[in-house]
Amino acid sequence: METTVDTALAPPARRRLARRSAREEPAWVRLALIFIALAFLLLFLFAPLAAVFAGAFRKGWEAYIASIIEPDAWSAIKLTLLAAGIAVPLNLIFGVAAAWAIAKFEFRGKSLLITLIDLPFSVSPVVSGLIYVLIFGLQGWFGPSLHEHDIKIIFAVPGIVLATMFVTFPFVARELIPLMQAQGTEEEEAAVVLGANGWQIFWRVTLPNIKWGLLYGVILCNARAMGEFGAVSVVSGHVRGLTNTMPLHVEILYNEYNFAAAFAVASLLALLALVTLALKTLVEWLGREQINRGQA
Amino acid sequence: MSWGQFWDAVTAPRVVASYKLTFGASLLAAAINSVFGLIVAWVLVRYSFPGKRLVDALVDLPFALPTAVAGIALTALYAPNGWIGHYLQDWWGLKVAYTPLGVLVALIFIGLPFIVRTVQPVLEDVEAELEEAAATLGATRWQIFAHVIFPAVLPALLTGFTLAFARAVGEYGSVVFIAGNMPMISEITPLIIITKLEQYDYTGATAVAVVMLVTSFALLLLINYLQWLSRKHNPEK
Repeated sequence: METTVDTALAPPARRRLARRSAREEPAWVRLALIFIALAFLLLFLFAPLAAVFAGAFRKGWEAYIASIIEPDAWSAIKLTLLAAGIAVPLNLIFGVAAAWAIAKFEFRGKSLLITLIDLPFSVSPVVSGLIYVLIFGLQGWFGPSLHEHDIKIIFAVPGIVLATMFVTFPFVARELIPLMQAQGTEEEEAAVVLGANGWQIFWRVTLPNIKWGLLYGVILCNARAMGEFGAVSVVSGHVRGLTNTMPLHVEILYNEYNFAAAFAVASLLALLALVTLALKTLVEWLGREQINRGQA
Repeated sequence: MSWGQFWDAVTAPRVVASYKLTFGASLLAAAINSVFGLIVAWVLVRYSFPGKRLVDALVDLPFALPTAVAGIALTALYAPNGWIGHYLQDWWGLKVAYTPLGVLVALIFIGLPFIVRTVQPVLEDVEAELEEAAATLGATRWQIFAHVIFPAVLPALLTGFTLAFARAVGEYGSVVFIAGNMPMISEITPLIIITKLEQYDYTGATAVAVVMLVTSFALLLLINYLQWLSRKHNPEK
């Protein structure tokens, strides 16, 4: 639209020149800023990423494969998948429910709920883990009665799942709340007027509107669930082959100076991060397409 | 635990040294990220260069990369025999890994996307008309930046700073590998909690955790206040 106005009002070249000098810096400033930005990103982001893969393949393909299919690494991979497999779906349900309640209804204590949802983001992961030790650990509130019934939560798999759930709690809800608030309640109200029931409204009206935001939240939630270190480290007890997740296994290998193997397992997690970023970019793009189509 | 014991636990010299390192390095990292994060956001919004979309996507790497992986990667890079570390060592005699500087490097890595991702959308929204009006009135490019653009992005920059700072204070995974973890020198507060737990000193660990929790709450309030402040200034957002 702007270009048509431009050509109608003024000689296009002159007009464009004026626009450019008002909005743009001299070429040397531009190049210098791009150089500074890329150099900074190279030192702090790209080089570490490259270092992971360089470290992983330092001893060649065979050593790489060997350190991944080795039994302890394998059980760490399975435990990580299990923890994420439980934590992500549960947080998905919780996140949708919380965002639905916050965005579509008015109730007392709403802002308290929003603050509570954000809490895991601002609490140190170490403190998050400690909270579970204080509740379920042997010296904790429920510790003695759990011990009587021979239920182990801390230094066992349930503790790892709980800690993972806690730190990934906000991702889905945080993504959906602003989205659902921005969409308002008109479409749902129209559906009610047309006679739809609660489920129908959710599946036919709300869910299609939030699907990209939801997917985005789930992707980030999953990445954090598989990569969590601090909180899981406190509750895990680090039993090789039993309560080690992938990040904890990386730590053990690294501390044993088994660098090639540590980086090999780490490279799987780095690959997960790259897939996460690719999916995230794709979902962002698809979400924008949906918005553009909606406006057209 | 009595009040006196609590006070002794949270003010022991080793613990106080860890507060200084944790909060000092977090503040410094957030400040460095504010400068370079603003430049990165600016370059991504305003300029075009080959590979820009890839760079844009990779800015979120610290959100997606598990902290333990970041930790060992940064250590390998900045160790005296690492790709970057050996240049720093040879040229300036600078040791990064296993010193407080290593803590700073890890916290810069962790905090960068917070600044870029809060500043970027605001920078995209700065109206071209405002800049053009300023240029028409005879402002230089630098004046336009300092008096038109910067005030518009300042609330977002402050929010990003606080988010990066809050995250850095609690960070554990990426720091423990690179820090060297020497008591009084390069030991962060979350590590103190872990160490106390490993010695079965649950009350001591909880006391230090309480200090960290109170700090997180204060920071959370500050973040909410800053966001409220920026909404007040831009009512349409």
